Amino acid sequence: MNPRRLFVIGLPYLWLLALFLVPFFIVLKIALSDTAVSIPPYTPVLDLAAGWQGVKDFWAGLDLENFVFLTEDALYWKAYLSSLQIAAISTVIALLVGYPIAYAMAQASDEWRPTLMMLIILPFWTSFLIRVYSWIGILSNEGFLNQFLLWSGLSSTPLAIMNTTTAVYIGIVYTYLPFMVLPIYAALEKMDGSLIEAAEDLGCSRISAFWLVTLPLSRPGVIAGCFLVFIPALGEFVIPSILGGSRTLMIGKVLWEEFFSNRDWPVASAVAVVLLLLLIVPIILFQRNEQRQREADQ
Amino acid sequence: MNRRFSWFNATSLTLGFAFLYVPMLILVIYSFNESKLVTVWAGFSTKWYGELLGNDAFLSAAWVTLKVALMSSTLAAVLGTMAAHVLVRGGRFMGRTLFSGMIYAPLVMPEVITGLSLLLLFISIGLDRGIFTIVLAHTTFTMCYVSVVVSSRLVTFDKSLEEAALDLGCTPLDAFFSVTLPIIAPAVISGWLLAFTLSLDDLVIASFAAGPSATTLPMKIFSSVRLGVSPEINALSTIMISIVTVGVIITSLLSKRAVARQRADEQAAART
Repeated sequence: MNPRRLFVIGLPYLWLLALFLVPFFIVLKIALSDTAVSIPPYTPVLDLAAGWQGVKDFWAGLDLENFVFLTEDALYWKAYLSSLQIAAISTVIALLVGYPIAYAMAQASDEWRPTLMMLIILPFWTSFLIRVYSWIGILSNEGFLNQFLLWSGLSSTPLAIMNTTTAVYIGIVYTYLPFMVLPIYAALEKMDGSLIEAAEDLGCSRISAFWLVTLPLSRPGVIAGCFLVFIPALGEFVIPSILGGSRTLMIGKVLWEEFFSNRDWPVASAVAVVLLLLLIVPIILFQRNEQRQREADQ
Repeated sequence: MNRRFSWFNATSLTLGFAFLYVPMLILVIYSFNESKLVTVWAGFSTKWYGELLGNDAFLSAAWVTLKVALMSSTLAAVLGTMAAHVLVRGGRFMGRTLFSGMIYAPLVMPEVITGLSLLLLFISIGLDRGIFTIVLAHTTFTMCYVSVVVSSRLVTFDKSLEEAALDLGCTPLDAFFSVTLPIIAPAVISGWLLAFTLSLDDLVIASFAAGPSATTLPMKIFSSVRLGVSPEINALSTIMISIVTVGVIITSLLSKRAVARQRADEQAAART
């Protein structure tokens, strides 16, 4: 291999090895360590100066204690379950909200579609934090939603939405909606319109043509969109901590608090390892869906 | 897809875009509110913008964020372009599967895990945390986005142009800089922009990587948002939303012109 090629391959490779892969092994190692009152706050620490004996002592100090602890304390498995539930329900809501938008965009006239595309992408470039923040003023007890409900007489008492899981659902659907709309739109846009006409000519009503033709053909886009919402929602930290209040339990928040508030690094690392294991299945399914799409396109 | 107007479509677009834009619109309107209470209108005023500009903590955090974003997005553009080139043109080499795995994995990794793992790395090698470590962290996750954007352009790019340059006596380096780079430049620029925005916006990874000595703007916003809504944050949000809106409109106009020009060139070339 010539030196130029070695450099072009080697530099990004080494960068990712050192700053992406190696850190994971450190997380795994610390997840197997024990909490200690020291700097760094865990034991054992690998002592290479002690030679082979140091390596052996280090190895003997690792155990699965933190993972056992995770299964014993109800807080953790409740947090995992409630993260899964919140991510799944938000994904379904995002699909129900996003599909009609993508469908209408795909049917819009040619001069409108670039503008609609831009309007969908624009929020993605706007700060995530600010978009989540904008809901505090709407959902809080004296917020705009409650002002509207009281003024219009739809409700006589203010609804407590802020600091509940409902607020978290709204936050996730709001911030990840473009990820749901774009792949569905891409699938619908490619669809051949004459298929619907054929179905209608053959006696389908518009609604049954939608169920029998449009929906099955947009399936890859629906699957991609669902994964693109579900995967980041599962490990979400910002939305539950701003909108969810102290009662909303999500694993990203537990990890953060374990690390920054309790300073329990081994438990935080164990939480991270289990979250990663939970994510592997959806990530592999997502990759497979993308792969099948690419093959179908060729 | 059929193009036909229906009330159902018009309603879902109106409601959908209202859902996306009304919260931001309220934020912008109430940044000009006289009252300290964010949900009660008390007359027009720009005083919160004045207060914001007088707030040194926000200004210095904004400065840190801008420095980090400039450095990390530039590094990410270089490394990401190299990685894309390796992925698309690199051929076979040892550990190729691992390499492409490491490019795609950070895109779906929860930020809390990326942040935690980088922090544990910095501590175990004894690196002092500050602006430098945030730059390292941001470069690592944004270079993957750059390489995805650039490699999608490289895939559609005609390889024979590079080969022609090599046949005409260019060194591979010359061929890259005089043929490949000018053609993939729009993708590199949009990758850079994406990396820049992701870095500006990131709260979680920066919080882990920053340590006590550096504070970025999202970290500052987050700590004041936790105390509740404040008109100063509304003013800051309005400034950020306007910058992004203007930027996106300008780039979309520019790219529309570039596409039109390219089409005209192709037509002219086809005629001769």
